[in-house]
Amino acid sequence: MARVLRWLGQAVAYGLTALLIGYLADSPPYVHLAPDRALIKLAFAHGAVRNEGCRRRTAEELERLAPNMRRQVVCPRTRVPVLIELELDGRILHRASLPPTGLSGDGPSRIYERFPVAPGRHRIVARLNDTGRAAGFDYERAADVDLRPGQSFAVDFRAEAGGLVFR
Amino acid sequence: MDAFRKGLRWVFLTVEGWLDLCFPERWNPLRNLGALGFFYLWVVTVSGIYVYIFYDTGAAEAYLSVEAMTHEQRYAGGIMRSLHRYASDGMVLFMAVHTLRELAFDRYRGPRWFTWVTGVPIMALVFVCGITGYWLVWDKLAQYVAIATAEWLDVLPIFGSPIARNFLTPQNLEPRFFTLLMFLHIAVPLILLLVLWIHLQRVSRPRMHAPRGLAMGSFAMLLALSLVKPALSQGPADLGQVPSVVGLDWFYLVLYPLIDVWSPQGMWGVLGALLLMLTALPWMPPMRRAPPALVGLDNCNGCTRCAVDCPMAAITMAPRSDGKPFEREAVVDPDLCVSCGLCAGACPTATPVRRVSAFVPGIDLQHLPLRDVRESFDRAGERLRGEGRVLVIGCDQSLRVRDLERDGVAAVSLPCIGMLPPSFIDYALSRGIADGVLVTGCRPGDCQCRLGVEWTEARLAGTRDPRLRDRVPRERVAVHWAAATERRDLERAVAGFAARLRGLEGASAAQHAAAARRAGGRG
Ligand code: HEM
Ligand code: SF4
Ligand code: SF4
Repeated sequence: MARVLRWLGQAVAYGLTALLIGYLADSPPYVHLAPDRALIKLAFAHGAVRNEGCRRRTAEELERLAPNMRRQVVCPRTRVPVLIELELDGRILHRASLPPTGLSGDGPSRIYERFPVAPGRHRIVARLNDTGRAAGFDYERAADVDLRPGQSFAVDFRAEAGGLVFR
Repeated sequence: MDAFRKGLRWVFLTVEGWLDLCFPERWNPLRNLGALGFFYLWVVTVSGIYVYIFYDTGAAEAYLSVEAMTHEQRYAGGIMRSLHRYASDGMVLFMAVHTLRELAFDRYRGPRWFTWVTGVPIMALVFVCGITGYWLVWDKLAQYVAIATAEWLDVLPIFGSPIARNFLTPQNLEPRFFTLLMFLHIAVPLILLLVLWIHLQRVSRPRMHAPRGLAMGSFAMLLALSLVKPALSQGPADLGQVPSVVGLDWFYLVLYPLIDVWSPQGMWGVLGALLLMLTALPWMPPMRRAPPALVGLDNCNGCTRCAVDCPMAAITMAPRSDGKPFEREAVVDPDLCVSCGLCAGACPTATPVRRVSAFVPGIDLQHLPLRDVRESFDRAGERLRGEGRVLVIGCDQSLRVRDLERDGVAAVSLPCIGMLPPSFIDYALSRGIADGVLVTGCRPGDCQCRLGVEWTEARLAGTRDPRLRDRVPRERVAVHWAAATERRDLERAVAGFAARLRGLEGASAAQHAAAARRAGGRG
């Protein structure tokens, strides 16, 4: 009798372990995005134009530098920031000035942003400025889309494909 | 920290006590956690090789090949896939409990820091294995894992273009990506094996093999689970569609929701802090250590027994340095020594009946030399009165045997029961210190000093040197292992033993000793 009970006890211990493993292996489910939402993803890496030209340092600037660092002319290789604007149904969804990456500021500007939105018809407009111009944009793309629930809509930038890409 | 460890230890011992009711003593899963980790790893390896044969790389092929394996050969590939998944989960589960247990029993500080610290990369590697594994299936869960991992890695300023961009649309996904993943999923486990090997470098005779019964039971459990709930995919990945709701494997992906809840940066912070804390734990605070064992060359004959019996591989045998006509001598590495005294218990020169007034064995503990132990035996004898007098010899790691003292029961505690040279039992009985000796300590498989219980059992059974001499009346020697939570159990064993002693012919051991002396001296 005691023997049977011991075996039974072992079976219970194994059973509980199996239950734990079997359950946590895929449950409880994780809601990553509410099922009644769609997702717009804004993602790209793009290098804007470089800060142009060399310039002469002013007298005050030189004064502030250590004597051995006082080079008169500086030629920065840094890029200007990329300006990106995403508009949804006439409202600005996201606007950002993306600084260049890299230690010396000469790498591409990067962005990766996700925007959960209600599904249905939307007008999406994206604008991008990569020349550091004071006003206006160098690229613009607009589209009317019908987003399904759970759809993932990508806003990308590919210079080789002619600029902003919607997918 | 102290209170936390104590509480955790109590939980472990309590659950262990329940499991002892149904498992044979040596099968208790909670005393075989490292070995179980290895057992699951072997199941993962064998099933992984099978699954690999039928796996195709490529965005479409990956999913289809796994589906074919799961459904077209349900009782071969399907089972193998399920075993692969559930054994991986089991590995995480037992790794976690193993880690908690070493923490609870204070086996992570002092000389053990190395084993603990090498455990931390093991944890990280196990997670990388699991994450790449789920990724390979290329179902909706894989898609979620891929995108979340990419978003997470992308906040590190090392990749030019965001990796997550690869998963924007199917066109962006390159087939060689799966080849890379497959490579990672094989290379990382190989690194894991290497680090596991390093993990055990400072553990003498690690128990890497689960007892057969436990291994069979665990395998039967995995098999049953695989039949009842086969591992399935969650529908093909579709990059145009967000995997809104996924069935997460919480063993491997438990931190992933944090990426959404906080941010990828937040998750890096949590992970970094966690790993840093785990790594620093052995020094928060550091262990107060007793001085290491000391070799007395005058008495060491270079027999190697102490080196063989040391649980921490702290003793090496070096060429003789003092000109004595022996080949070698024992040398203790103070950084590895946990001051358990197992070496003193193993040394053939540790015989208390020697008439030499200064009793110094070849190797001894500085804070509790065997000479002091002999003295505490003598003093215990003075405390003992009446019939059926029991001398309990216990260890500082398990329950406090001094609490058992009363009329007719005296107790002596050693750093580990493995420090007890069997000749001390002979000494106690032949000098009439007590009528019987009861040896106790941590439960088998649970010895704080890893090998103390095993060596003691073998020495008393006469299968390992130094042996308990034949002339010692076995009916006057009892062994009863007990965890810190089993005091009542031990008290009952002591009372039962005392009653048996009272019933013995020529009840007192002193009479027995006198008879032995008449029959042939101390020999
Ligand atoms: C799947 C992963 C792991 C496996 C298979 C494993 C396996 C083992 C084995 C077989 C032992 C020897 C046990 C003995 O013979 O007494 C051991 C000891 C130990 N493990 Fe692990 N281990 C794993 C992960 C970890 C982790 C993540 C940690 C902590 C961060 C850790 C900490 C320790 C410590 C501190 C010891 C030393 C115990 C002692 O010296 O008494 N292990 N491990
Ligand atoms: S005291 Fe223990 S750890 Fe130290 S040398 Fe002796 S047996 Fe090894
Ligand atoms: S057991 Fe004793 S005699 Fe043998 S090597 Fe070790 S210290 Fe020397």
